[in-house]
Amino acid sequence: MSEQEALFRYTLRMGDNSLVLGHRNSEWCGHGPVLEEDIAQANIALDLIGQARNYLTYAGEVEAKFRPSALPTGQAGPLRTEDDLAYLRGEREYINVQLVELPKGDYARTIVRSFLFDAFHLPLQQALTTSKDERLKGIAEKAVKEVTYHLRHSSEWLVRFGDGTEESHRRAQEALDDLWRYTGELFTPDEAEEVLAKAGIAPKLADVKQEWSATVDRVLKEATLKRPADGWMASGGKKGIHTEHLGPMLAEMQTLQRSYPGVEW
Amino acid sequence: MYKISLRERVPSTTLATRNTFPYIMPDSQQESLFQQKVDAEQKIEPRDWMPDGYRKNLVRQISQHAHSEIVGMLPEGNWITRAPSLRRKTILLAKVQDEAGHGLYLYSAAETLGTGRDEMVDQLLSGAAKYSSIFNYPTLTWADIGAIGWLVDGAAIMNQVMLCRTSYGPYARAMVRICKEESFHQRQGYDILITLSKGTPEQKAMAQDALDRWWWPSLMMFGPSDKDSPHSAQSLKWKIKRQSNDELRQIFIDRTVSQAEFLGLKIPDPKLKWNEATQHYDWGEIDWTEFNEVIRGNGPCNAERMAARRKAHADGAWVREAALAYAGKKSKRNAA
Ligand SMILES: [Fe+2]
Ligand SMILES: [Fe+2]
Repeated sequence: MSEQEALFRYTLRMGDNSLVLGHRNSEWCGHGPVLEEDIAQANIALDLIGQARNYLTYAGEVEAKFRPSALPTGQAGPLRTEDDLAYLRGEREYINVQLVELPKGDYARTIVRSFLFDAFHLPLQQALTTSKDERLKGIAEKAVKEVTYHLRHSSEWLVRFGDGTEESHRRAQEALDDLWRYTGELFTPDEAEEVLAKAGIAPKLADVKQEWSATVDRVLKEATLKRPADGWMASGGKKGIHTEHLGPMLAEMQTLQRSYPGVEW
Repeated sequence: MYKISLRERVPSTTLATRNTFPYIMPDSQQESLFQQKVDAEQKIEPRDWMPDGYRKNLVRQISQHAHSEIVGMLPEGNWITRAPSLRRKTILLAKVQDEAGHGLYLYSAAETLGTGRDEMVDQLLSGAAKYSSIFNYPTLTWADIGAIGWLVDGAAIMNQVMLCRTSYGPYARAMVRICKEESFHQRQGYDILITLSKGTPEQKAMAQDALDRWWWPSLMMFGPSDKDSPHSAQSLKWKIKRQSNDELRQIFIDRTVSQAEFLGLKIPDPKLKWNEATQHYDWGEIDWTEFNEVIRGNGPCNAERMAARRKAHADGAWVREAALAYAGKKSKRNAA
C-alpha cells in the first residue's frame, strides 16, 4: 500500500470514527437526563462532527492525488467532498471501529462508550500533533483541546455512576462488561496504520494502548468499577464489516442526499 | 461546573420580605412607589419590593418561555440526524443547543423570583404549565427546519426584542443575550429556504409547502387578539410587555411579506393586501378554533411532545440521583 493510499484510508477512518460517534451523541439532543447534559452532548457532537469535516475534506483531497480516476460515475467535480464521503458511501465503505456505531443505549452506555473511545482518542490526537504530515498535525492541535474536554466529561460521569447509587453502579458495570469486547479493534493496526506509523505520520497503536490502559485503570479505580478481562474481541469495522447498527444509522443520515441525488441543500 | 437540583429552593416569601424597607410601609404606598419606578423605566431587581401579582405574572411568563425553549428542541431535533449536509447538521445542532441554553438562562431568571427549576419542570410535565403552541406542529420535511428558523424564530424575536426592555431586570438581561442568538437562527432558517427556492422544482415545492403549513401557526404565536387577551392590560401597565399582541403581529406580517416575495413563495392568505391608507398589510383571519384546540392539548403533536419530555425526565431520574448521591459522598469525604 502506497503512503498516499494509506493516508487516504487513515484520514477516512479518523473522519468516520468522529462522524459516527458525533451522530450517536447528537441523538441525545432534546432527550438528555438533565438539561446541562443535552448541552454537553451537543457540544461534544459538534466537536466530533467538526473533526470529521476536517478529516473527510482532507481524505477527498488525498484521494484525488493518487486515484484521480476512482470517482464514481456521474459525479460532478474532480474530488469527493466531505459530503460526498459522508452521505454517498454505504456501510461497507465506512471504515470506523464498531465501538462508535453501537446504539446510544441508556446514559450509562453512552458514557462508558464515550469514555472508552475518549481515553483512546486523546493520546492518539496528542501523538498526531507531532505528525510529519502538516495537515494531520494542524487538525490534531485543535482536536486535542476538544478531546481533553470529552475525556474529562466522560470520566467525571463514569465516576459519578460507579460511585453514585447501586443502580448507577450496576448500569455502568453492565455497559462496561458489554462494550469491552469492542475495545480490541481500537488497537489492532490495519495496513494503513502500519505504513503511516513507519513513516512517522501516525503513532504506533501499541503506544496509544499503553496510555489508554493507564487511563482506564485510573478512572475505573476511582469509579469503583471492575476492569473486565480481555476475552474474545469483535473486529471488522476497519475493513468495512460492521454490526447491524450502522446500516440503519446511515440510512437515516443519508436519506435526503439519497432521495434527491445531486442537488444543493 | 456541573449544577444539578442541589440548589436551594428559596420560598417566595423570603425574597419578598428580605428587602422590605426598614420601616413598615403600607402595601398601597409600596405599590405606588413600585409603579413610579416602572414608569420611570427603572429596572425592578430581585430584592426590590414588588406586587404579588407582578411576581406571579412574571414567573408564569418566564417559565412558560423557558418551557417553550425546551419543548422547541423536539421538532427541530427531529431533523438533526437527517440534516442533508455536514454544514447544515452542524448549524442545526448548534441551534438546538442554543435553545437549550436559552431554557437555562430563563429558568435562572425565573429562579430569582423564588420558584425553583425542579418545581417549574414538574409543572410542565404535569401539564399545569403551558409552552408555546407552535411546537405542537410536526416537522415533516427539511424545509420545515428553514420555515421554523425564518418564521418561528422570527416571530419569537419580535417578542424578545420587546422583552429586552421589560421592567424586570434579570428577564431583560437574559433577553439581550438570547436575542443575539435568535437573529442568527432566523438568518440560518431563511438561508435554508433561499437554497431550496433556488433549487429543483421539488425543493421549491417543499419550501412552499412548509410556508403553507407554518404561516398561520406562526401568526398565532403572538397570542390571542388584544380584545381577548386576559393578561395583556396589566402586563402593559407593569411594562412586563411593551407592545400588544396585535401590534407585534402586524409588524411581523409587514416585515415578512417582502421576505416571502424574495423567495418567490406565496403566503397562504388570499386576503393579504397592502393598504396605502394604513401603511400596513391587511390580512385574513386567524382560525381561533384551531388556536384554542391546540392550547387545550388537541394539536397534532401535543401528546408526543409531552411524552418525549416525560420520558427524558423519567429515564434520567437514576442519572440525577447518581449525581446527587455522588456529590453527597464527596462532600462528606471532603469534610472528613
Ligand atoms: Fe430560543
Ligand atoms: Fe431560536
